[in-house]
Amino acid sequence: MSYRKRLRFMSLRARILAVATVFALGAVAIAQAQPQSGIVRPTTEPSNPSAQLGAQLFAGNCSSCHGISGSGISSPRPGAGGIPGAGPPLQGVGASAPDFYLRTGYMPLASIHDQPAPDRVLFSDNEIRSLVAYVASLGPGPAIPHPAPASGSLSDGLHLFTEHCAGCHQGLARGGFVTGALVPPLQGVTATEIAEAVRIGPYLMPRFSQKQISDSQLNSIIRYVLWTRHPSDRGGWGIGNLGPIPEGLVTWWIALPLLVVACVLLGKRFGR
Amino acid sequence: MRPWRWLVALLTLLTGRLFRRRSSDGSGGDEQRIVPEGPPERRAENLVLVLLGIAVLFAIGFVVTYAEFGVSKLPNELLGITLGGCLLFIALALTVVGRGLVVTEELDEDYPQEHPEEQREIAEMVHESGSRITRKRLLISAGAATGGALGLAALTPALSIGPVWDTGPLDRTPWRHGVRLVDEKGHPISAGDVEEQTFYTAFPEGSNPEEIGSSLVLIRVDATKLKLPEGRASWAPEGILAYSKICTHAGCAVALYRKPTFPVLEPQDALVCPCHYSTFDPFTGGTVTYGPAGRPLPQLPLEIDADGNLRAAGNFSQRVGPSWWNVRSRPTND
Repeated sequence: MSYRKRLRFMSLRARILAVATVFALGAVAIAQAQPQSGIVRPTTEPSNPSAQLGAQLFAGNCSSCHGISGSGISSPRPGAGGIPGAGPPLQGVGASAPDFYLRTGYMPLASIHDQPAPDRVLFSDNEIRSLVAYVASLGPGPAIPHPAPASGSLSDGLHLFTEHCAGCHQGLARGGFVTGALVPPLQGVTATEIAEAVRIGPYLMPRFSQKQISDSQLNSIIRYVLWTRHPSDRGGWGIGNLGPIPEGLVTWWIALPLLVVACVLLGKRFGR
Repeated sequence: MRPWRWLVALLTLLTGRLFRRRSSDGSGGDEQRIVPEGPPERRAENLVLVLLGIAVLFAIGFVVTYAEFGVSKLPNELLGITLGGCLLFIALALTVVGRGLVVTEELDEDYPQEHPEEQREIAEMVHESGSRITRKRLLISAGAATGGALGLAALTPALSIGPVWDTGPLDRTPWRHGVRLVDEKGHPISAGDVEEQTFYTAFPEGSNPEEIGSSLVLIRVDATKLKLPEGRASWAPEGILAYSKICTHAGCAVALYRKPTFPVLEPQDALVCPCHYSTFDPFTGGTVTYGPAGRPLPQLPLEIDADGNLRAAGNFSQRVGPSWWNVRSRPTND
């Protein structure tokens, strides 16, 4: 009772301060509760990328799911608590896939049941190069692509993106949903990452071969996707470029007051 | 010609009533009035009549538009303009009635506490002066005509569900036994070019790709994992499956293909519609696994010809396109 009374007599400023303090303390607690990144590193790390460093990092950080030498764990292991499998084999995926998964922060994954999503990158550039070199050495596979978006056509890119990508990624590449998974927005990705994703089809995304999307068409698509970072909002206001639903909502926010004004005017009488 | 005759008859009826009313005007009027009858507003009345007339014309325009164009080529803009125009002019007519033809009496003082006599007087005042309308029956019949025309316009689309009109074009698809599958540029699709883990859009050779029954989504899966319904064992040569690209819920394009990179842990293969996330399982003949769609995606039987190209081996398993009642009980025309 006395506490309640005190709260009631606290000034507004004091109340805001109290709430802010509680939130700040909570944020600190949450930040400290986050586990350390958990990356296992050799005690003396060479400064140049090498497949040997890659092998060490792989053994320490990747092999628990992708198996020894990237052979994959695709069937239940005895004593693993009924987990149906842990990770796909990486032999023959080449340099393209590990480069994509590590540079986007998709890997390493905290839990095998998580969807890989754009996240903070836990490895240094040197370590990523080493891991990519090691995984590429496991079997022949596609190399890291070097797209040239400047040589692509923006309008072709729009058409191709609409045809192949917009179903999931939305017309202005703002991302969305597919049942059972999230579709990432594409404003923060690099040209190389787009080229890699189209060819390898990460997670639930289909992969597109040269026959479906040629390299020059891919350049156009990448040019378009890079353009969606700063689209030219012809109407003057993009409304988050989220598509027709927020646009409709905003229209209603504008239209409803106008309708109310119209009703008020109609309700007034002549000569008053 | 017929609608014209009806229109002329209607106009004659209305003008006839107009003159009859006018001749009988002038009589009436009470002896013990408190306030005079509301001053007549013939201009407002005429305006209401004109506005209602225009609304009727718009509604008739909707019906005529619907009748004039076939069931498959209805001009949406024209239908919208006519129906919207009808509603707009009804609203304008009501506005004029509200502002010009309804009398308002206002008391300067506060509402009296308990004066039954005054209350009765006020009620009488309202009753006596409550109307400036001189041609009540004409206005009522004009309103009734407008309501009838609007109702007629609203009911017209119901004709499309049959049996009066031919709804055949909705059932027919360009797919027959032997029709080749082509890509968006018209090149035939070779079975060898169709890869796993991706999806393709295909169309019938030599037909309009914009017809509802034309577009296909084409995928290749591991043939050993297929669990197609009975009688469809031969429909997926080499594990290549073809489904209608039109969602059975609201008719959007099924533009999402979900394919797991690591099927042990990830969600299984699915064709997904981006509009309302209806999710179809390609392995079991397009059955719905999630979302609002009420029936499976229609499957097209495929075969591979001597040149290695994909051809249709018949028509779809079901009717293509969004669902309505009875859609399941009707077979596709072959």
